[in-house]
Amino acid sequence: MSGIAEVTKGLWKENPTFRLLLGMCPTLATTTACDSAVGMGASAMFVLVASNVAVSALRNVIPDRMRLPCFIVLIATFVTIVDLCLNAFFHDIHKALGIFIPLIVVNCIILGRAEAFASKRGVWDSFLDGVGMGLGFTVGLLCLATIREVLGNGTWFGLPVTPEGYQILVFALPPGAFITLGFLIGAMNHVEERRKANG
Amino acid sequence: MSETRLLLQSSPHVRDVSSVQGIMHTVILSLVPALIAGVVFFGWRALAVTVVAVASCLAVEAAILRLAGKPVKTALVDGSAIITGLLLAMNLPSNLPFWMVGVGAVVAIGVAKHAYGGLGNNPFNPALVARVFMLIAFPGAMTSWPVTTCNGATDVLTAATPLGIMKMEGAAAAMQAASWWDLFIGNVGGCLGETSALALLLGGLFLLWRRVISYEIPVAFIGTVAAGTAVAWLVDPTKYPDPLWQVLSGGVMLGAWFMATDMVTSPVTRKGMLLFGVGCGVVTCVIRLLGGYPEGVSFSILVMNGLTPLIDRYVKPARFGAEAAQAEGGKA
Repeated sequence: MSGIAEVTKGLWKENPTFRLLLGMCPTLATTTACDSAVGMGASAMFVLVASNVAVSALRNVIPDRMRLPCFIVLIATFVTIVDLCLNAFFHDIHKALGIFIPLIVVNCIILGRAEAFASKRGVWDSFLDGVGMGLGFTVGLLCLATIREVLGNGTWFGLPVTPEGYQILVFALPPGAFITLGFLIGAMNHVEERRKANG
Repeated sequence: MSETRLLLQSSPHVRDVSSVQGIMHTVILSLVPALIAGVVFFGWRALAVTVVAVASCLAVEAAILRLAGKPVKTALVDGSAIITGLLLAMNLPSNLPFWMVGVGAVVAIGVAKHAYGGLGNNPFNPALVARVFMLIAFPGAMTSWPVTTCNGATDVLTAATPLGIMKMEGAAAAMQAASWWDLFIGNVGGCLGETSALALLLGGLFLLWRRVISYEIPVAFIGTVAAGTAVAWLVDPTKYPDPLWQVLSGGVMLGAWFMATDMVTSPVTRKGMLLFGVGCGVVTCVIRLLGGYPEGVSFSILVMNGLTPLIDRYVKPARFGAEAAQAEGGKA
């Protein structure tokens, strides 16, 4: 697979949010507003790229039977870096994301890519895979957050979009996250089927 | 001779004059008394909400059918979208802004009906899904109830419903706010179609007479609510009004006769229907007496809608001949 394909597969064909359905917990919880969604996406992307590279570089040193604890320790290291950096430089986003920053440690996308991709492939491929998957995750979160923030709160990145009193509160609540996610997955499957039918 | 003589079809095989369209028109007719009561007690705004709800349900239905490439005209005249619109309107306060009614129609027809595959495939009652969605989406507007016209009302005046008063101030205040007679004829605050037990009972009995619905679900539902609230009343009559008051108030009549009996989302066997009705009653009592919301009818029906496939799976009628075979096996 070429380098570009490693990146683009994360955006569409193997999009972690809409096709692999990985990392659902932060997907549903942090998409109430666009800025927290981007914060979550960027944090996860940094950890993903760094852990992919580290796991790939150490893949011949890590004993097979002990690989999961090793992956977790590597991932946790990068999550701690993100946690402290966000707290120091983007304190508001850190407060908004709360528990979901430390929870990146157990994000299925990151452990999944370490197990399924980085532990078997070279450093450069793993880097590209991490970039693609991270971008796909961030774009997925941003799509969800755009719909939820505009309909539920009447704003986009905090800028007012709809007039006061025309908000549909449910989109800012958990049920709205499930409904929006369901329709986005449905739309994506529809487009994919069309593409397949057309060759 | 011709190849069409052997027709392979799944059950039911019985041919009858009743059609989807015929049943739907009967249901529409049965809702007229409650609609008239709504207009009498809440004024012309109630009719306006109903018209907007029905019109937007029809518009959404037509738009989705066109998008999906299905025949638009036959599906529109079968009346199912009209009923969803009517039932949705009956579950709304008459002073609700029109755009919110439109959002409700999109949720009812677009999300609850067509996202699941259209008429006959929806696991949950579309009008109720929309009502609960709106309750969460517009918590303020969906719980400000206009006062009835007999009590000198305009669109501006709002007050708590009898069940709301019960939750906050106890039985005495609630029963002072609404007597049995007020609840029976519908002279109380609430959704525009739920307040008049008399009008709903007329419509329900009409449906029963025309055999569009059978007695199991309404009787089990109302009976369970009466039994459950009777226990609470005997334990603490200062906090809980008597069972007759409970049955006449809130959405029990509308829910039991018109919403829970929806053919698509309720069990098919008699035993299953009884179980369904009892379940609705139990959930309603639990929410009313112990929960945070003053009324639980819509939630109870949606919960039981979700359990309907399970009920249908475990409450099956005996196969023809199965009992005899079992008896013979016992003898041998």
